[in-house]
Amino acid sequence: MSVSFDKKDGNVVVVIGTGPGGGVLASELAQKGVKVVALEAGGRHGPEDFVNDEWASFGQISWLDSRSTSGSWRVAKDFSGLPAWIVKGVGGSSQHWAGASLRFQEHEWKTQTVYGNVTGASLLDWPIDAKTMDPYYTKAEEKLRVTRTGGRKGLPGNNNYKVFEAGAKKLGYKDVHTGRMAINSKDYDDFVACQQTGFCFQGCKWGAKWSAGYNEIPVGEATGNLEVRINSQALKIEHDASGKVTGVIYADADGKQHVQKARIVCVAGNSIESPRLLLNSASSMFPDGLANSSGQVGRNYMRHMTGSVYATFDKPVKMWRGTTMAGIIQDEARHDPSRGFVGGYELETLSLGIPFMAAFLDPGAWGREFTSALDQYENMAGMWIVGEDMPQETNRVSLNYDVKDQFGLPTPNVHFDDHPNDIAMRNHAYKQGAAVYDAVGAVRTFPTPPYPSTHNLGTNRMSAKARDGVVNKWGQTHDIKNLFVSDGSQFTTGAAENPTLTIVALAIRQAERIASEMSKGNI
Amino acid sequence: MSYVKSLTRRDLLKTSVAAGSLLVIGGGFVAASNAAWALEVTHLKSSTMATLIQMARDIYPHDNIADEFYAAAVKGYDTAESKGPVEEGIAALNAAATGRGHASYLATGWERDRVDTLRSMESSPFFQQIRGGLITGLYNQKAVWPVFGYEGESFSKGGYIDRGFNDIKWV
Repeated sequence: MSVSFDKKDGNVVVVIGTGPGGGVLASELAQKGVKVVALEAGGRHGPEDFVNDEWASFGQISWLDSRSTSGSWRVAKDFSGLPAWIVKGVGGSSQHWAGASLRFQEHEWKTQTVYGNVTGASLLDWPIDAKTMDPYYTKAEEKLRVTRTGGRKGLPGNNNYKVFEAGAKKLGYKDVHTGRMAINSKDYDDFVACQQTGFCFQGCKWGAKWSAGYNEIPVGEATGNLEVRINSQALKIEHDASGKVTGVIYADADGKQHVQKARIVCVAGNSIESPRLLLNSASSMFPDGLANSSGQVGRNYMRHMTGSVYATFDKPVKMWRGTTMAGIIQDEARHDPSRGFVGGYELETLSLGIPFMAAFLDPGAWGREFTSALDQYENMAGMWIVGEDMPQETNRVSLNYDVKDQFGLPTPNVHFDDHPNDIAMRNHAYKQGAAVYDAVGAVRTFPTPPYPSTHNLGTNRMSAKARDGVVNKWGQTHDIKNLFVSDGSQFTTGAAENPTLTIVALAIRQAERIASEMSKGNI
Repeated sequence: MSYVKSLTRRDLLKTSVAAGSLLVIGGGFVAASNAAWALEVTHLKSSTMATLIQMARDIYPHDNIADEFYAAAVKGYDTAESKGPVEEGIAALNAAATGRGHASYLATGWERDRVDTLRSMESSPFFQQIRGGLITGLYNQKAVWPVFGYEGESFSKGGYIDRGFNDIKWV
C-alpha cells in the first residue's frame, strides 16, 4: 500500500498539488501503472476531522500564505490579503467545494468565434471542443456520481431551494432544479447519501460529497504506484541544458529543502500558485520563467463574474439547513447579447452561517442598516451568481518581490479589474436575483459583493498556437514537452459553469495522454 | 459572564458610578447596572472599557444582544500592548464627541448622535480595527448564535435529513 520512491528516481512523474486536477491525475496515472510522487503543500484532513464551524474550518483547511492584491476589484479593498478562498491540503479545493458539476455549453469552447471582438478582452477559442470533451465529461460524471446524470436522481430541495424555486417559477424561469451535484443522492457501497447537514464548504463530515482527497487519492495509493508527500511545498522546477525539466525542489514541514527527480512534472497548484511556481523557476536559460516564451504565464487571470443576492422575508427560511448549493436557475446561462453583455451566468442557492454572513454580507458596513439585516437571519434566503468573466491580459498573477515567503521566495500578487462586460452581467444578475425573491414577497434584498475568489482560472492558458498561451490541447507546455499544467489555470476562457467538473475531465484526459506518450517513449 | 467573582450587587452600587445608561464603572471593573455581570479591567481605564463596549454596540447594534456579549467581544483589548493605542483611540473618540457639543461619547444620550461621532472618525485605523475585530469577536461567539436563530453544528445530530431541512410551508 504505502510506497516510498527514492528522491533520485528520475523515472517518476511528479505531480504538484492534489486537488481536482492534480489529485485525479495522480490517481489515474497510478491506476495505469505509472509511478507518481505527489507533492502536497498542506496536510491531510478528511471527514474524521472536518469541523461544522466556519471560522475554525477556515483556519484548519484554507490556503493562508501571504498574498497581495491590486486593481479595482472590490476584493482588493475588502480582503486585500486574501484574493482567493481555496484549500491547502490533500484534495485541494475539492475538500470545500460546493459540488456543483456542470458541463460547459457548446459555444463556450469557442468564444472568440461566437462572441466576436470584445474590446479589452483577450478572448480565444479553446483548441478542444464539446465533442472532444464529451466522453471525458461522462467519465468525470461517473467518477463524481453527479446527480441528474447517468440515471442518478437529483437531491431533494431544502428550504432555501423552496424559496428560490418558487420565485424562479413565478418569474417564468423554466430550467430550475436542485442541480447536477457531486453529492450522493443515494447510498452507495462505500459512501453514504447526503444527510442535509449543511457545512458543505467546511468539508463533508459524511464523505457524501466527492473530494479528490478521500475519493481519488486513496485509490491511487492502493495501487502501490502513488506516494503522496504532505507538507511538501514545491519551490522551483529544475531543468537541464536541453531545456527539459528534471525535478522539483521542495521544502518539507521543517523547511528543509529536497530535490525530487522526475521524468515528467505536472503543475496543479491552482491558478495562483501554478504560475507563481513557473515564474519562480526562472533560470539563465528561461529568464522570464518556465514555459513563458509567450509571456502569457500568469496572465488572463479569471475568477468568474460573481456576487450574491440575499433576501429577507416575513417568515422563517432557515437557509443553512441542508445541502448548501443544491439549487440552480440555468435560464440566464445562455449567450444572448440583447441583455447587454456576452456570455451568461448561473444562479445557484447559497447560504452562509451567521459568522460568515457577518463578514461577507456587506464587508466594511456597520450600523443599523447592516445589523437589522442580520437580525432577520432566520428569515433569509440566498443565492450565488456565477458567470463568465472576460479574460484580460492585464489581469494577472505576478511576483511581489517586496514580500517574501518563509522560504525567501517572492509571494504572488493578484491584479484584477472588472471588464465592463463583467459589470454589466453582474448588474443584470443582481436585478434578476432580486426579482426572484421579490416574486415571493421579499421584504428586503441585498446585492452582496464578490467573496474572495473560489474559481481561480486561466493563468497558464491552453491555446492552439504557442504565442497565444502556455499549454497545448493536452495541457502540455508549448515550450517544454515533459512539463504539464493540470489544473484550472489551463482554462482558455472560463465559461459560466463552476469549473471543477471540467478540471476533472481534463485531468482524466491528460492522464490517458501522458500514460500513452510514456509507453510510446515520446516523453 | 462575571469576571469579578466576589462582587456583590451591594459592593457594586457602593463603589461604582453610572457610565451611560447601561453600564457602571468602578475601580478596576465595568459592570451591568443591574450587576448581572462584571468585567475586571486590568490595563485600560474602566471608563475606557465602558466606552469601548458602548462603541461596539453602536457599531453593530442588536437590541436582542446583551452588553455582556459586546464586553466579551472587546475585552481582549485590555492588555499591556493594546493599552496605548486604545486609550489614544478612545481619547480621540471623546474629543470628537466633545467637538460635537457632547460631554463625552458615553454621555451622548442618543444613538444617532453617537453614530454621527463615529461616522466622523470612520476612516481612522482605530475605528477600523475595532469594527473589524467585532466581526469575529461578536458574531463568532456561539452564545449569540441563538439570538439570530442560527443553529450551528449539526453533524452530531445527524444533520437535518430528519430534522426539518425542507420544513417550511409558506411557499
